[in-house]
Amino acid sequence: MLTFTIRRLVLAIPTLLIISLVIFLLLQMAPGDPMAQVPLTVPPEVKEKMREALGLGQPLHVQFWKWLVQVFWIEPKVFIDFLTRDSWLLGWLPDTSLYQGELRVISWQTRSPVMDIVVQRLPQTLWVVGMSYIVGILIAIPIGIYSAYRQYSVFDQAGTFVTMIGFSIPPFFTGPLLIVIFSVQLGWFPFIYDTTHVVNDWDSFVYQLKQMIMPVMVLALQTTAQISRFMRASVLDNLNQDYVRTARAKGLSEAVVVMIHVLRNSMIPVITVIALGVPGIFGGAIITEVVFSVNGIGQLLITALFANDLPMVQTLTFMFAVLIVLFNLIADILYGVLDPRIRYD
Amino acid sequence: MTDPTPTQISPIAALQDREPSKPPRSQWRDVWDQFKHHKGAMLGGGFLLFVTLAVLFGDLIWQIDPKKLDIRNKDIRPIFNAIWDSGAKVSWSHPLGTDNLGRDHLAQIIAGGRASMAVGWAAMLLTMLIGTSIGVMAGFFKRLDGPLMRFTDLVLSLPILPLMLVAVTLFRQPLRASFGPETGMFILIVGVIGVTSWMQTARIVRGDILAIKEREFVLAARASGTTARGIIFRHLLPNVLSPIMVSATLGLATAIITESALSFLGVGFPSDFPTWGKMLADAVPRMQEFPERVMLPGIMISLTVLSVNYLGDGLRDALDPRIRGR
Repeated sequence: MLTFTIRRLVLAIPTLLIISLVIFLLLQMAPGDPMAQVPLTVPPEVKEKMREALGLGQPLHVQFWKWLVQVFWIEPKVFIDFLTRDSWLLGWLPDTSLYQGELRVISWQTRSPVMDIVVQRLPQTLWVVGMSYIVGILIAIPIGIYSAYRQYSVFDQAGTFVTMIGFSIPPFFTGPLLIVIFSVQLGWFPFIYDTTHVVNDWDSFVYQLKQMIMPVMVLALQTTAQISRFMRASVLDNLNQDYVRTARAKGLSEAVVVMIHVLRNSMIPVITVIALGVPGIFGGAIITEVVFSVNGIGQLLITALFANDLPMVQTLTFMFAVLIVLFNLIADILYGVLDPRIRYD
Repeated sequence: MTDPTPTQISPIAALQDREPSKPPRSQWRDVWDQFKHHKGAMLGGGFLLFVTLAVLFGDLIWQIDPKKLDIRNKDIRPIFNAIWDSGAKVSWSHPLGTDNLGRDHLAQIIAGGRASMAVGWAAMLLTMLIGTSIGVMAGFFKRLDGPLMRFTDLVLSLPILPLMLVAVTLFRQPLRASFGPETGMFILIVGVIGVTSWMQTARIVRGDILAIKEREFVLAARASGTTARGIIFRHLLPNVLSPIMVSATLGLATAIITESALSFLGVGFPSDFPTWGKMLADAVPRMQEFPERVMLPGIMISLTVLSVNYLGDGLRDALDPRIRGR
């Protein structure tokens, strides 16, 4: 298992390098000019200097190499410094001060380090997306178990129908639909996610809950649809197995048979599916964030894309890729850890 | 030697060939019989057929130009609004109302559906073409298997939606310049969806080809001197047709949703060219006054995708010989 993990980790490095190269080359073909917003009165030689200041005058391989160094060497140093200086987790360690003022990945829009902006935006995305994923899983698993246990019952048929709807209705329709119903007609929830809102007493907590319900539900519908399908199939597979008959023959109650014997075995494939879905939900969250004006990572990517902010787009897309590779790895390892029948060596 | 008198040999009853009770049935007839039992799939297929015909020939019946501005008749509500709101501004000449520039909504839905369905079908065909050829090549030729599957894994770990947005924003200008705004955008979106969604099909096809390749009938074909090309096209492809068809329905659904999502995010077709996603996105800012403008295209997208998904569900059941006949 350990050798397998190490081999996969080592293999992940060239994969990530190739992915970053693909993203880089794609962005290099961009027709947009970051100097398009500079006034026409600025003479061309000054413009040329500004372009060089952005690092655009260099040949391609130099640019790519510098980006790699910034992301893989300088940004970790900044992060370690932050950990040992400001975080409560490792703040008791002496300040490492590894970062000596080298150039970090700078956004062309704001001229500030990309990672600082990402760190500002991350909590919103994590709150909304993470919460929706958890809610989705919590709804999906009981539905999956029950509809497999009572296969072809009314509940199962209804569950299948709801799942189909969850697959079919895209988030850019469920979002406005919920807004029309719950914000416009009923006036229950605000339809813009207020990120500056501070939770410090009960009322503000209720407001925070209210503004989170709709985006969380939109994302959770999709998660629920997928995972309850997998859960149902997995439980159905297990219910026909011999060990279930044995357990029943021993005189165990149905609750014990289903909730302990079957559930534990049927969670194995579902957990890997859950792990595989985590990066996907980040991608899907882009649309939901745009609909509800949550200023998270997805919205950051969209605005950066429209503003021709190449370092920002490059870094964000790369971060999504890292998430995908990482969670693929986690899913594979989890599968091996949870199921002793799977041996990778 | 006298000729033995030919005695009438009467076969034993058990060895008698009984006449087949019914004529032999083709595989597709069996599939159709199973398919008929799946109510959702029948409904879905029917609705898909209806939508396809409606967007293809709808403008022959409803002959208003979807791009014609009629500013005097702007903001007309759909006719069914009159049921609960007698003062609503409705008109039988525009049953689904008009938008803020007076363009007829029904005509726009028909024209937008044509764009969405065209993108969906074309992208699905492209996806299937790429996925099947890569899957077949990886499964059939041992030397290509490793590299092609590594490549598939690599593409699978790319963040698809962000890259799609990047690609569409980047290549929009050159393609629009060389093919015109609408055709250029069509090529771009179909291409981008096709290039980014073939991986699952390739994996499924490769797995099936690997299994079928080892069967006796392929060995027999090889022994009788059939070329690799002949084996692939005559023996392997017909046998992997059913998984391809099932993933084709999934591909159609994803393609329609992706096109609408791109339009919704504002990187799709030009603004005067209606598609369902574009109409939905344009209606969102005035959602409070005119919720139906969001609902109608949204419902059309959702119903179409829902029917395609049900169709795929029914096809999967009908094409699986283990389930068929139960």
